[in-house]
Amino acid sequence: MLEVENLSKSFGGLKAVSNATLQVPEGSIVGLLGPNGAGKTTCFTMIAGFTKPDSGSVRLRGKDITGLAPHHICNLGMIRTFQIVQPFAGLTVEENIAVGAYLHHHERKEAMAVARDVGKRLGMGTLLDRPASALTIAGRKRLELARALATGAKLLLLDEVMAGLIPTEINEIVGIIRQIRDEGHTFLMIEHVMQAVMSLAETAYVLNQGVMIAHGTPRDLVRDPAVVEAYLGHGAAQRLQEDDHA
Amino acid sequence: MMKLNSTGQLVLILVAVAYLLGVYFISSPVWMGFTINALIVAVLALSWNVTGGFGGLSSFGHAVLYGTGAYTSAILQVTYGVNAWVALVAGIAMAAAVGGFIGALAFRYGVKGSYFALVTLAFAEVFRICAASFDFTGGGSGLQLKLAPGISNIQFADRTVLYTFLLAIVVLVMLLTAWIKYSRFGAYLVAVRENEDAARALGIDTYRIKVLAMAVSGAFGGLAGVLYLQLWLFIDSSIAYGSSVSIEALIGPIIGGAGTVWGPVLGTLGLHLIGEGAKTLLSNAPGLNFVLYAVVLICALRFMPNGLVGLAGRIGPFAKKESKDA
Ligand SMILES: Nc1ncnc2c1ncn2[C@@H]1O[C@H](COP(=O)(O)OP(=O)(O)O)[C@@H](O)[C@H]1O
Ligand SMILES: [Mg+2]
Repeated sequence: MLEVENLSKSFGGLKAVSNATLQVPEGSIVGLLGPNGAGKTTCFTMIAGFTKPDSGSVRLRGKDITGLAPHHICNLGMIRTFQIVQPFAGLTVEENIAVGAYLHHHERKEAMAVARDVGKRLGMGTLLDRPASALTIAGRKRLELARALATGAKLLLLDEVMAGLIPTEINEIVGIIRQIRDEGHTFLMIEHVMQAVMSLAETAYVLNQGVMIAHGTPRDLVRDPAVVEAYLGHGAAQRLQEDDHA
Repeated sequence: MMKLNSTGQLVLILVAVAYLLGVYFISSPVWMGFTINALIVAVLALSWNVTGGFGGLSSFGHAVLYGTGAYTSAILQVTYGVNAWVALVAGIAMAAAVGGFIGALAFRYGVKGSYFALVTLAFAEVFRICAASFDFTGGGSGLQLKLAPGISNIQFADRTVLYTFLLAIVVLVMLLTAWIKYSRFGAYLVAVRENEDAARALGIDTYRIKVLAMAVSGAFGGLAGVLYLQLWLFIDSSIAYGSSVSIEALIGPIIGGAGTVWGPVLGTLGLHLIGEGAKTLLSNAPGLNFVLYAVVLICALRFMPNGLVGLAGRIGPFAKKESKDA
């Protein structure tokens, strides 16, 4: 469904992303992992049209969308959420979700109905009339997801929707994401919470210092020395192995 | 046309309506004359409200729209003998075009916040200087319409008829404002105000929405300028494009409640009442009303961030729903 090829981006001298390639098959949940500053969010901003890549291409359902504006891309059915949540603070939860719903429902009545429906499905039924600014961090993360879903987009790029949540909240959102996927959506998700990635993603990519260092099932990845090194530092893989043998 | 959510707002609006209807019965030419002026400014305030209130695009140069409406209509009538109604439509259209043009230019280059205020101010000043210099705008001496009372010329000999006409226009512009507020366009405009990046991610062409808002605001502002012309039959560069016009455009909505339907009208009426009261008390010191406006504005920004409508909204709420409707 999504094919990213050799995407690169530099900020001044810093190569934030170099030659990143990844594929997201329709109906799957694909993880994008990597330590802080690896370039994951930068990948998302390029894929979703927020910044132009220096080189490389992005294709959605076979159509080249490299460099298209975000609103075009959203109209084509792909949407990103923000790691640093971006609610419309002065609006209610319902109004927030309705902004997304307006994309394909031009009448206020319809958009509001869709918003309420999406809100309820994501367990925000009792919060609909609350101002978005009054939500907890878990609520705000969920609102990001709800708004994105309300646009009718089929491919959702989630940027750390579980960061900062407590385990019960994580379990809830894992359940919700699985349910949304079963309804016919596809996910590419950046995630730090390994437990969540392990239970959700069929495959995952690992980015380190802008370079894609591994790709495979989450189970394989945690045993991959290169991945362990990236997360725990140089020599860590070897030390772990020695510990195992000891 | 609006969702009221408190006793306070209901009372506030009832008082305003009672006042506007009361003017018919007081039969005081002073009150009526003063309220007529306030109604024209209210249309200008509703113009600023579209961009500044809903869109968070604070202009400091709305005179450019007001003046363009007034000048377009005046030139067409004086120089080309065009009918006043046709000139009115042309004035509105031209102001909408100028608004759209300024928006297209400013937003193409990502101008935001106080820079946008400065860009609009600069446009108003350039237009003012041009209007004072060229012959076709009447140069320094301005343009004078011929006195010719009659509906076909939009000139009203009877003040009561004039007042009714202006009141109807204010109601019409309020209805259009309410329509914007509860439409997809309005929702998108507010989304742009609240968080432009999130709006873009959700499929909104934010550039188009902002340019459109400037055009709509231009139409309302141009209308206000034409109304001024039809009332006084005279304009010159500082009447049409002066910065006091731009100040009047923004101060009413801010005091009354920006991004609401009633706020700009309530704020403008309230402000003019205070200004008028002070004028009579302090025996016509010129410019004093602006000093007073500044004081009121500072107090409003400090003590009622959502304006009169926001303040009234906190008095006796109907339900626990917290939103800023009116
Ligand atoms: N707009 C920007 N300007 C300059 N440097 C940036 C910008 N965005 C990200 N970076 C840098 O690029 C690198 C990758 O950042 P990011 O993509 O946010 O990483 P991640 O999401 O994996 O934590 C970091 O070193 C970050 O400082
Ligand atoms: Mg990140």
